[in-house]
Amino acid sequence: MTPEENFMRKIEAEEKIEPKDWMPDTYRKNLIRQISQHAHSEVIGMQPEGNYITRAPSLRRKAVLISKVQDEAGHGLYLYSAAETLGISRSEMIEALQTGKAKYSSIFNYPVLTWADIAAIGWLVDGAAIVNQVSLQRTSYGPYSRGMIRICKEESFHQRQGYEAMLALAKGSPEQKAMAQDALNRFYWPALMMFGPHDSESAHSQKSMEWKIKRETNDDLRQKFIDQTVPQIEVLGLEHPDKALKWNEERGHYDSSDLNWDEFWSVINGNGHCNRQRLEHHIAAHDEGEWVRDAITAYNEKKRAKKAQNAA
Amino acid sequence: MSDAIKAATLEYATRLGDDSVVLGHRISEWISFGPFLEEDIAYGNVSLDYIGRARMFYTYAAELASDGRDEDDFAYMRNDREYRNLLLFEMPKGDFAYSQVRQLFADVYYTVLLPELVQSKDETLAAIASKAIKETKYHLRRSRDWVLRLGDGTEESHKRTQKAVDALWGYTHELFDMDETEQLLADEGIGVDVSQLRDAWLKRVTDILTEATLTVPEDSWEVKGGRIGYHTENLGHMLTEMQIVHRSHPGCKW
Ligand SMILES: [Fe+2]
Ligand SMILES: [Fe+2]
Ligand SMILES: [Fe+2]
Repeated sequence: MTPEENFMRKIEAEEKIEPKDWMPDTYRKNLIRQISQHAHSEVIGMQPEGNYITRAPSLRRKAVLISKVQDEAGHGLYLYSAAETLGISRSEMIEALQTGKAKYSSIFNYPVLTWADIAAIGWLVDGAAIVNQVSLQRTSYGPYSRGMIRICKEESFHQRQGYEAMLALAKGSPEQKAMAQDALNRFYWPALMMFGPHDSESAHSQKSMEWKIKRETNDDLRQKFIDQTVPQIEVLGLEHPDKALKWNEERGHYDSSDLNWDEFWSVINGNGHCNRQRLEHHIAAHDEGEWVRDAITAYNEKKRAKKAQNAA
Repeated sequence: MSDAIKAATLEYATRLGDDSVVLGHRISEWISFGPFLEEDIAYGNVSLDYIGRARMFYTYAAELASDGRDEDDFAYMRNDREYRNLLLFEMPKGDFAYSQVRQLFADVYYTVLLPELVQSKDETLAAIASKAIKETKYHLRRSRDWVLRLGDGTEESHKRTQKAVDALWGYTHELFDMDETEQLLADEGIGVDVSQLRDAWLKRVTDILTEATLTVPEDSWEVKGGRIGYHTENLGHMLTEMQIVHRSHPGCKW
């Protein structure tokens, strides 16, 4: 059996591909692209939520939010390590992010304007991420699959907390309820777009499915999310943003409005409120941290030299 | 508990809560601004510990006040003139060296203070201190490591760190001041006599700064007033931001 045949045999037999296994170069590249994009999303996602840490309306909410953002940083770290097993370094990935070569989820290009947006992000954005990530637990690359299993547990916690925060608003004062509705109206559509374009238009979908990097199509995952969100909105007592939403008995799913893909591409291509801000923030923090990282290197160097001298 | 002691304990718990929430808030300002991802996580950890302490102290204060207020009323519904935190903790986050030096001063402070508070006759205060001691051990390990690396790192990091030490030194004297309220509680075995702690603090801080090749400043200036609500201009801005959402919706639940 050639390495290539053996690789395909494993994929078909649902065996995981591990870092030391032979893999096609395009499989490796495809994974690096996807895992690093996922890692960048976790990290960039810290900004819109971090934006409200200093304004959280109660001490309990403040603590919950800090701990969520901290989890996201942990997810970023974990995913960077998973990508590193494919032969790319964290600093290379960060450079790709900062030069625009690598992408992050476009959901974070939307501005977080009110406290309800924080609740909506936990509920809808983490919720959409989970639908995708549960599916990715079965991805063919071992380290990525294991990462997803670990991350999903925390993400479902985030979603529950987000929903609970949303519930407090929806059952609160008229102003709080209006805030919740406004956040739902703004974040519902971008959350649906997190699953990516229709499969027919997704550049990477087909190969990724063949290699079982992806296990379900963008549209199937999106449908799952649409369906699961309907009763959640009902419990909140909020209006569903999709006026065309209708149960389809035959399909066993909700039919819904077409998404505004022009807007999706427009935001990805730089016309979101926060595209520049997110990258500038990341670059500024990274640049400001340079003297700190240099200090560690210099300190360790001095210690090493001292040790060597003492040993001599 | 006599009325006088109860009132003093309420004031004391409020002070300790104010210290915790203000410092915890300042640390939380670093999240997503750290020099690398691991530091964002560490900042998250430390700020969570302080927010947790604030909640415990305020909850106890609310219990003693028993006037219907809760922890959030203490944190969100008091103005800067009513806040009683130490000035050191309200200073803006500054650069990484500034925040780490402030943290070192705070961590050594709690390292000498908490083992005393743990012996308080007041069971609630003692229990909070007991939990906090474990956290502070971790905090100090981290801030000490950072000050060593920054002080003895590059020329630039050394310069920044020495500058931070000099800029913050004059705010540390207040940490060891006593007033009538705290003296009453110290005499009753409830509060800590912080005036007895400066030597221990100074010795530890001096050891660490010296190892970090930094100079311990002369005691040439001191600014005080946190415990009487006479703050720097920084606290008002901090509270404005912290309280804006809560105060915009009076009486709401979150
Ligand atoms: Fe996420
Ligand atoms: Fe995450
Ligand atoms: Fe999350």
